Amino acid sequence: MKCGILFSGGKDSVFATYLAKKYENEITCLITIISENPDSYMFHTPSILKVKKQAEVMNIPLLIQKTKGEKEEELKDLELAIQKAKKEFNIEAIVTGSVESAYQASRVQKICDKLELDCFNPLWQKDQFELLYDLIENKFKIIITGVFAYPLNETLLSREINDKFINDIKTLFEKYKINPAGEGGEFESFVLNCPMFSKELKIKDSEISGKKNSWRMELEVI
Amino acid sequence: MILLIQICNKRFHYLEFIKPIEDVLKRNNIKFESIHYKKVTEDIIHKAEKIIISGTSLKDNGFIKDIDKFKWIKKFDKPILGICGGMHILGLIFNGELIKQQEIGLTFIDIKQEFLGYKEKIEVYELHNFYAISNEFNIYGGSKYCPQAVKHKKNPFFGVLFHPEVRNKDLIVNFAYL
Repeated sequence: MKCGILFSGGKDSVFATYLAKKYENEITCLITIISENPDSYMFHTPSILKVKKQAEVMNIPLLIQKTKGEKEEELKDLELAIQKAKKEFNIEAIVTGSVESAYQASRVQKICDKLELDCFNPLWQKDQFELLYDLIENKFKIIITGVFAYPLNETLLSREINDKFINDIKTLFEKYKINPAGEGGEFESFVLNCPMFSKELKIKDSEISGKKNSWRMELEVI
Repeated sequence: MILLIQICNKRFHYLEFIKPIEDVLKRNNIKFESIHYKKVTEDIIHKAEKIIISGTSLKDNGFIKDIDKFKWIKKFDKPILGICGGMHILGLIFNGELIKQQEIGLTFIDIKQEFLGYKEKIEVYELHNFYAISNEFNIYGGSKYCPQAVKHKKNPFFGVLFHPEVRNKDLIVNFAYL
């Protein structure tokens, strides 16, 4: 099936892309929404401009749609982007990296239904630790680029998702009920390498900003 | 053994509609076999102690054309749980009809009579464009728009229009332990 992927550059959407390919779908485009609102309800915002590099090393066309990121307005912009993908890249289905968020998943489902597209959520309800272990097993190199919940702080930024990271997160999960895969928005990630990339992306520069339990790391990758 | 019957005709939907049910069964150490409806044999139906029929995506509704492949339901007398598309199948097999009604996302439903361990107002995840109900079923609970929890008048056949594998995983476990 010809699929368009809702793509943020984080571990979930890149893994969803990987699974779409593994299940023999044709990925005709990636769709990235750039929100001007850092607290968007729908979209992962840090490091989003770096998705261009990821699209390049995967050799998949990238469709970028900007949005002001206001609640209903951003859904209209998402619909517009999906409509464009249908017209320009003949997609028959949308693939998302939703794991738990019924808010995200149901809004994408409604848009797909309206535009007569199928909708795939290959990570839906997946155990959060199983997801992290799957990423490691499938040779994904991922770093943390944002933390947004107590007691997380800037020390987690730029950490790679590996066994040590999972063990540390397990401790936090038990103590503070932090979602280990971060889909509740506790932390966000960026994929530097995976089996679909023709080469690993390297960090050329990074800039950290934030305070208390809300930190971001903007990356420049080459 | 519980037999989980998959109704997805697009293989990639397995991860969204089947694996979450399998994960609930695995986490609770419940023995099951999982098979696509086109591969169901008399032998495997005979071996099953209970059957769960899955749902699938809004666009993946080829199973409706294949309703004859579910005729075995009429002769089965052990518990069946039909989830969303699985509930459509139960309704259609017992001469019900498909009625158009879309619900997508979280919604509250009211379960008025005890139903697989639930009897209250609960939040559920919905993903359907239709529902099917036959007059051989009693309605145990509903949303604002349609029946959500039904049970056959004579046989232990349960249907839920919502997806319990999302927010009401206990319902699947309660069914498994009936």
